[in-house]
Amino acid sequence: MQLFECPFCGLRSETEFHFLTEAGKQRPEPAEEVSDEKWADYLYNHKSPRGRTAEIWVHIPCGEFFILERDSITREVFRSIPLKDYEQLK
Amino acid sequence: MDHYSIWSLIAQGLKQKPAWKPAWRKAKPKSSYEVIIIGGGGHGLSTAYYLVKNHGIKNVAILEKGPIGLGNTGRNTTTIRSNYFYPESVALYDLSLRLYENLSKELNFNIMFSQRGLLMVAHTPTQMEICNRIANAMILNGVDGELLSARQVLGLIPLWNRRDDARYNCHGGIMQGRGGVARHDAVAWGYARAASNFGVDIIENCMVDDFLLEAGQVVGVNTSKGEIRAERIGIAAAGGTPFLVRKLGQDLPILDYALQAFVTEPIKPCLDVVVLSLGTGTYVLQSDKGEIVFGGGLDRIPTHTQRGNLPTQETVVSGLLEMFPSFGQLKMLRQWAGVVDVVPDSSPIIGPINKPGVYINCGWGTGGFKAIPAGGWLLAHLLAKDEHHYISEPFGLGRFKTGKLIDEATGSGIAH
Repeated sequence: MQLFECPFCGLRSETEFHFLTEAGKQRPEPAEEVSDEKWADYLYNHKSPRGRTAEIWVHIPCGEFFILERDSITREVFRSIPLKDYEQLK
Repeated sequence: MDHYSIWSLIAQGLKQKPAWKPAWRKAKPKSSYEVIIIGGGGHGLSTAYYLVKNHGIKNVAILEKGPIGLGNTGRNTTTIRSNYFYPESVALYDLSLRLYENLSKELNFNIMFSQRGLLMVAHTPTQMEICNRIANAMILNGVDGELLSARQVLGLIPLWNRRDDARYNCHGGIMQGRGGVARHDAVAWGYARAASNFGVDIIENCMVDDFLLEAGQVVGVNTSKGEIRAERIGIAAAGGTPFLVRKLGQDLPILDYALQAFVTEPIKPCLDVVVLSLGTGTYVLQSDKGEIVFGGGLDRIPTHTQRGNLPTQETVVSGLLEMFPSFGQLKMLRQWAGVVDVVPDSSPIIGPINKPGVYINCGWGTGGFKAIPAGGWLLAHLLAKDEHHYISEPFGLGRFKTGKLIDEATGSGIAH
């Protein structure tokens, strides 16, 4: 079993976490001007990189949403970043 | 090519040194082909076979990065069924089932297709209502589906957990009698042999790195064995497909996950149907060798590695023991994982992409094996005619733009 780090609760079992989507997607705005194609791209398409990834996860028991940086091949976990800090890092 | 029959078996058996020929040629790549198929799994091999058989296109090469049939084709739990909810899905998966029914004869290769029946077990009155709905959908779609009482189900699977403290009691179920299992390796080998016999070049250990572009058009591929040109390209590379088409600027709505499977030591026959429990999500069958083969849901963490994680193993194994406590005496022989390409609506993607002459067949998620004949049939149609077969039409990439999804995850309650 792997341990992931919740920014709020610390190290917890991987079963307590839920994957949501890849990080870094920008919701296209304004809605009236967004084409179906752009919207479908935002909604469904993934980069699914091989290697280092940044993803949005949620720690289910406490409800904290955060960015998890990890490796999609080796499964190594690098770090967890609260969403509010992620914008400043970029 | 040797014709396999009881007579050829006897004739070879009587020789001091049997002289079976290799089932398919080890081909060297030519500089160009009419059609190149990337991916030598079941879908790629069957595409090549139907390109020749249905459309007379013989100048075809299959490029496979390793040996053929060793990706998900050789890693699945071999179940074949068409008990889906939406008419589009049933048309697709039942085409496959019908082709499987005649495949051993057609390929002259015994794929050991055993239509032992697929049984879904329900545990509550609510789940029985869902079974009712699925059975009605199946019958309306022209597929066999039979609703069974608890008594009938327990007659089929006498080893089911009947203890008073059982978490998931048997409340009834639904049966697709035409469903069953086949030998997965034999499906790959049978198609490879038949395609090779038709003159198709099967090129193993040939990794495709990039596409050759001329004036914005795709004219071939760059491989570990050099440049190979082609008029049209079919991609049937499962989890590798998004990685390839991104080089052409095409993103796909696919995430890769690991899916695990398990095998116990062989025992005497005790289970003659494929069983899926709606409560535990675990499914189980007994192989011809006597092993108990079982699996469950996806790992919950996206990955590109063929390795499963422990919490999912625990869930699947405890599901099996809840269903059949007596299997707790068995020793586990093997556990493995495959990388499956999962689409948000749990239906495959078949169709053209952003470059003319390039077609994809991917996104089968956890259910690609059962669809091998249909996937090949439909991709071959696209490659030969440059237009959709009516069955593959709803499965194009356009559905994500129009919102006309074929959501089998909610439709038939299949957990992938």
